[in-house]
Formats: sequence, structure tokens, C-alpha cells
Amino acid sequence: MKSRIMSEQDLAFLLYEWLDVEALTSRPRYREHSRETFDAVMELSRELAEQDFAPHNRLGDTHEPHFDGTDVHVIPEVAKALAAFAESGLMAATLDAEVGGGQLPQVVGRAASTWLQAANIATITYPALSVANANLLLAHGSAEQVERFVRPIIEGRFFGTMCLSEPQAGSSLADVVTRAVLQEDGTYRLFGSKMWISAGDHDLSENIVHLVLARTPGAPPGVKGLSLFIVPKFLVNDDGSCGERNDVVLAGVNHKMGYRGTVNTILNFGEGTYQPGGGQGAIGTLVGEEHHGLAYMFHMMNEARVGVGAAAVALGYTGYLHALDYARNRPQGRPAWDKDPSSPQVPIIRHADVRRMLLASKSYVEGALALVLFAALLLDEQLTAETSDARDEAALLLDVLTPIVKAWPSQWCLKANDYAIQVHGGYGYTREYPVEQFYRDNRLNAIHEGTDGIQAIDLLGRKVVMQSGAGLRALHGRISATCARADGDLAAYGQALQDAINRIGGVTMALWADRDPRIALSNSSLYADALGHVVIAWMWLEQMQACAGKSGAFYDGKRAAGAYFFDFELPRIGPTLDLLQRCDTTFSDLDDACL
Amino acid sequence: MKIAVCVKQVPDTWAEKRLRESDRRLDRESADGVLNELDEYAVEEALRLVEAHGGEVTIVSMGPERAAESVRKALSMGADAAIHVSDDGLAGSDALATSLVLARALDGRDFDVVIFGSESTDARMSVVPAMVAERLGWAMLTFAQKVDVDGTTVAIERAGDGETVSVRASMPVVLSVVEKINEPRYPSFKGIMAAKKKPVESLDIASLGLDAAAVGASGAWSEVADFAARPAKAAGTVVTDEGDGGAQVASYLVEQKLI
Repeated sequence: MKSRIMSEQDLAFLLYEWLDVEALTSRPRYREHSRETFDAVMELSRELAEQDFAPHNRLGDTHEPHFDGTDVHVIPEVAKALAAFAESGLMAATLDAEVGGGQLPQVVGRAASTWLQAANIATITYPALSVANANLLLAHGSAEQVERFVRPIIEGRFFGTMCLSEPQAGSSLADVVTRAVLQEDGTYRLFGSKMWISAGDHDLSENIVHLVLARTPGAPPGVKGLSLFIVPKFLVNDDGSCGERNDVVLAGVNHKMGYRGTVNTILNFGEGTYQPGGGQGAIGTLVGEEHHGLAYMFHMMNEARVGVGAAAVALGYTGYLHALDYARNRPQGRPAWDKDPSSPQVPIIRHADVRRMLLASKSYVEGALALVLFAALLLDEQLTAETSDARDEAALLLDVLTPIVKAWPSQWCLKANDYAIQVHGGYGYTREYPVEQFYRDNRLNAIHEGTDGIQAIDLLGRKVVMQSGAGLRALHGRISATCARADGDLAAYGQALQDAINRIGGVTMALWADRDPRIALSNSSLYADALGHVVIAWMWLEQMQACAGKSGAFYDGKRAAGAYFFDFELPRIGPTLDLLQRCDTTFSDLDDACL
Repeated sequence: MKIAVCVKQVPDTWAEKRLRESDRRLDRESADGVLNELDEYAVEEALRLVEAHGGEVTIVSMGPERAAESVRKALSMGADAAIHVSDDGLAGSDALATSLVLARALDGRDFDVVIFGSESTDARMSVVPAMVAERLGWAMLTFAQKVDVDGTTVAIERAGDGETVSVRASMPVVLSVVEKINEPRYPSFKGIMAAKKKPVESLDIASLGLDAAAVGASGAWSEVADFAARPAKAAGTVVTDEGDGGAQVASYLVEQKLI
């Protein structure tokens, strides 16, 4: 039966018919794998999604984690699902064999996890954050830290968090004030308060490993003075068991619009509730070197940003599939030419405006899924491509695409959720149908892990100009290569896309001609909108090329959605590019009093 | 203890299934093939028994080439080896022919216990386990909701109508299990990787020494004579309660001979 969680056929198309991920198995890192293992991992993820994650998606929303003044309690279905997930071994599937991982290609791991994200984003967030935490420690932690903290995370015994924001310092990490004081034994004592900490406290794991950004005495001001610390909820004994309670205390939980099953917390460090080791302050250990904390944290944040993009796709995708199913089965009204009120009603999918919404949604979610998987493949390329040039190019492309991978789906797959409600009509606005929850859940993705505004600044302010524009040149080169291959029915689309990416190049130079950050800051969001649409059009041209010579409803659907994107969506950026070319500074210059 | 688990690949349990007009057989291409859900309970029970008592688990399946996917899934749950009987000449086999093939594949391999799911979700006959037991001349313990092994004795609990029946037999035995018996584990990532390297023995009609005329469509003792699509769902009957709603509902139920 076709699932309403994700499309097995689309995932298989993208992995095998477009990205040819089977070719990865010829590389040493992946040689133990085959199509067989990839398919089995996809099937396992689907089974977990259908049997253990989806069934409590609504319950987790209506029964959000409860704070009794001391502890947080989560509905038992979450623990059961996470135990099954840990038991499956998927937590470590993409990690190195030497730490117990399975060296599954990132692209397959990412595709598999969309099942779980679409089925229950709130529950899968606990292990997703933990894996990102483990990856950071594997990259920057000491061998002892890996042994003490990463192994239990991989086994599913410990979960992890990332603690960046503070009540007075959200997007502006330069203003972080949490203190970390070096002790004689080499550990640090931390004092401060952290805000918006997902999975900050719960009863789902033996321990919680917090990665905390803090400032050591005398550190340089701003982000250059931030260091990164491991601060576990319970100190970990030398034999790996959990010992004394650390002074990390839950101050309260935030009540959110969506993602309600993922507890979001305010944590106090070193306020004196506990005195670990008989002293004041939460005990932490330094990761790497002092004052390099933000760079280390970005290792986790970049992964988290691709994960957020994937979550936005998954939620938009499941919303689209629910709307499609509803539209096929909901009889309502008759064709305009049928004036006989006694004739049977038609399913609403027969009405043009409903089809418009469904086709638009399909173009958003399938285009964005392609982008997320392409980004994941770039991670594999970065790690395993045969030449250093190819590895460097993959890293460069991933760098420039990351803000788009995060922000475009957060905006446009949310639009698919909006349409899913609209297709359901009044029912979609009730809590009897799940599409309203998908919308509320997905609304977070434009906010966390760097708002879409931050992503736009990152894109225009840093990514497209870094290394004298090397990232943008690499992107331009890849897109131009796709356009050059577009012939026959696709030639016009190839030309349209080539024109668009050429214009992006010109606009980028214009916006930075005066090296005036006012211009960049005023135009970054519009710029991100335009480049985002160009990148998704590229993903559609690639998909349409992969459909060449193939027949059947699935491939016809791909061609229809691709044509929609080129005919209805890409032209939208023309006026945006005209506006960008003017280097307008309205938003920088506007007097606050006008607002 | 040597345990064999007989598994079958069936069309996706929840998919709309179709019969082919041409030969009145199930169109297996019309839906994805999956490991028969009830067989997962059989695999789980076998794994639990060897975890408790030692031994090994062998998966046995009769089916076309694509059934290898389901065999592989059972291996990735933790079974040790598999036997896959595949031959174009087996297409169209009925329960009698299937039991003949399975019994031949199982015979002489020193299995102590053979476990089946209580039925397949496509054919839903529930007779193959009994037929295999009869052909092997082994004891038969069917519809088990609990299994205990003590030495060479296998005891089961079978849920009856209003009572629980306890039955025991000496090995070798053929068991069939119902879904109440356990909660099947998922395959694990490590299991998936390990399954690639586990031995799968391929057999066909000739290697089993069977007469081709005794199996497949030609050897079937039963056939589908005719079939028709399920009638479209009729409009429901609306009862408007004007003080006599209960009586109307009762009358309706009587008319339909439901009470």
C-alpha cells in the first residue's frame, strides 16, 4: 500500500535512478554495502516509522512533556520507539567502523531518516541531536571523551544536546555570558543559563550529554572568546557508569506551537542546587582548545542545518501525501459543465484549483527532497571522492548550499503544508486531521538552527563571496553543466536555468560592488529566495533528465512537476533579480519610527 | 536444537490484491512482496528458543526469485542460514503441493522443530503446517500462543474458544504460532550487514527429486473455479431518531439476521 508518510518510489528513484548511489559501493569506505543493504535499511526505517513512530505522533502533540517542578516526564511511547531505534543500530549506521559504526553512505542514511522525520519529527529529534553531538565529539573530542561519551550515545544509553543560546543571546552568540572557570584538576566549573535547549531534560536516557558554549575568564570578547565544554547531567565514572549528579538544573520548559513532543528547556548551570565534587558550579571538560568553541560547534550546526532542511522536506512531503490521498477520496461538487445535481459528485482532485495546489506542493517537496539528498551525497563525496580536487569541490559546494538546504525547504515545504490544509478545506483546520500538526511542526524549521534570515546573511554575506567567490563559481559550473546536457524537450528549460544562474552571478557582483554591508544586509533574504529557486530548478532539470525515455505515471508526474516549477515558479525570480540589481537599501536606511 | 522456520513472501498485506483473469491466480506483480507478517512471529519464536536453549535457525522458503528478499529479511532478524526452493515449475502450487515441497526440503536435515506462522495473509488456508507434519510423520502442535521446551519435549498453549488448551509432544515437531505469542524484533543494521554473508542454499524441483507433475499448477488438487470483484459499498441506512431510534436499530439488526 502506498504510504502517506513518505514515497518509497520517489526515494528509490532519487537514490538509484538519479544519484546512482550504488556506484559508491566501489569505494573502499562503502565496499561492504550493496543495493541489498541500502534497500534493507530503507525498509527497516519505514517499518520503524510505521509501527513505532507514526502511531504516537498525535499523542506526543496533545500530551507534551510534563514538568513536575523537578523532572520532565515524556509519554512512554517515545521511550519504546527510541529503544527500538537504538536496538536497530541505525543510530551509528553512518559512523566509522572503528567507533562501532556501519559506514553507510550519508545519502542513504539521510534518505532513510526522512521516514522517521515524516512519521514523528518530535520523537526522532532526540536521537538526531544525539548523533550530531557524537559526530562533533568524534571530530574534535579526545579519545578519552569519545570513549566516555560517544560510545554510550551510539548504544542509545546517553542522549545529547547543543547549548548555545541564552535568554539574552539568541542569534547573537557574541553576547553569550555563561562562564567556565578552569580548576586545578583540569576540569572547568560552569555558571550561567541556557535557553531553547531541545531535549535538555527528560527521562528517556541514562544520561544527557550537554555541549555548552561558554566564556573563560579573560577570553577575547565576541564569538572568538567562546569555548566548548562537555557537561553531562550525571558525571561519568571511569568504568562508564553514571555517578554523581552534576549541577545542571532544569529551570523550566518552553511551550511551543509545534514539535511539542520534543521537550524544550531552560537550563541553569552552577546555580547551586547540586554541589558535584563538593564544589560550586557544573563540572565540564573542554573540547579541543579554548576559544575555538564556535568553530567546533559549527561542525554540529552545519549537520544540524542539513537535518533541519530534511525535516522541513519530510513534514512537507507527508503533508502533500495526506492532501493527495484526501483529494482522491473526498467527493465534492461536479465538473463545471455538469449541470445535473443528481449526477454523482467527483473527487476533489478533479477540480483544477485543487490540482494546482497539489502540483505546486509536489514540485516543492520533491524538488527539495532532491536537494537534501544531493547535499548528503556531497558529504560522501567530501569524504571519499577519488581525487583531492573532487573532495574539495564537494566541500565547497556543500558550504555554499547549506544555507539553501536549510532555508528553502523551511519556507516552501511549509507552503506545501499550507496547501495540504487548504486542500482539506474546513477539515484541514480541525485537529481531527493531521495536516494542521504538520504545519505547526514545520513552522519551527524557519526559526531554529539559525533563522532563515541568518541563513540568508550567511549565504550572501559569506558563502558566495568566500575564497573570492569560489563557492558560487563551483555552483555556477555544476548548474551550467546540467544546462548543457539539456536537449530536446528540456532544451528550453536548460536555457532558462542558464540565464537565471548567469543573472545570479551578475547580481552578486552588483550587490558587493561597493563592499557596503548595508546593501548586502538589505538584500540578503531576497537574494536567498532567488538563488534558492534557481537551485531547486536545477534539481528539477536533473530529475527530468533522469526520467528521459521512461514512461508511466510516476515519470509523467516528475515531468509535470518539473514543468510546473520552470513555468510557474522560476519566472517569479525575474522581478526579484531586477530589484536586487538596484542594490536597494530600504531596509537598512528605514527610520524605525516608520514601522 | 536445530530449528527450521518456513516463511513465505506474500503481496503487501495491506495492498489491494488482484486475481488475474487469465489463470485466476493472484497477480503477485500488482503489489510489493513482503515477508508474511505471521511468519515474523515464527522467526521471532525460533530466535528466542535458540537464545534460551542454544542451537541454530534455518529459514526455509518456497517462492520465486524475488522471495529471496523475504528470506534475506528473516536472516537479518538473526537466523543463521536459509534454504530457498525456487523453480518456475512450482508456480500455481496449491497447499498440498507446497507441503510436499517443504516436507522434502526439510526431511533428513535433523531439524528438531519446524515453525510456521499460523497462516499466510494471501491464501489464508492454515493447513500447510498440518500437511507438512503429516508428510514428515512428526507430531503437530498448531496455533501456539506460548511455547516451552524442556529437553526433547515441546509444550504449547493454544487459545481455544473460552479455554486454553495445553498440548505437548516429543521432538521432532511441527509448530504453528499465532500473533499473540511474541512481538517480532526488527532486523538490525548489524543483522542486515551480516545477512549478506549467511549461507543460502538454492534448491529446485530436480534437486529435491520431485516429480514435476506432482507440483505446480499441473499437480494442484484444487483450483479457483471463478471469482468476482467485491461489490461496491452500498449506501448506508440512516436511522433518524424520533423517539423510536433504538427500536429501528433493533429491527434493522433482526432483518439482517445479525441478532
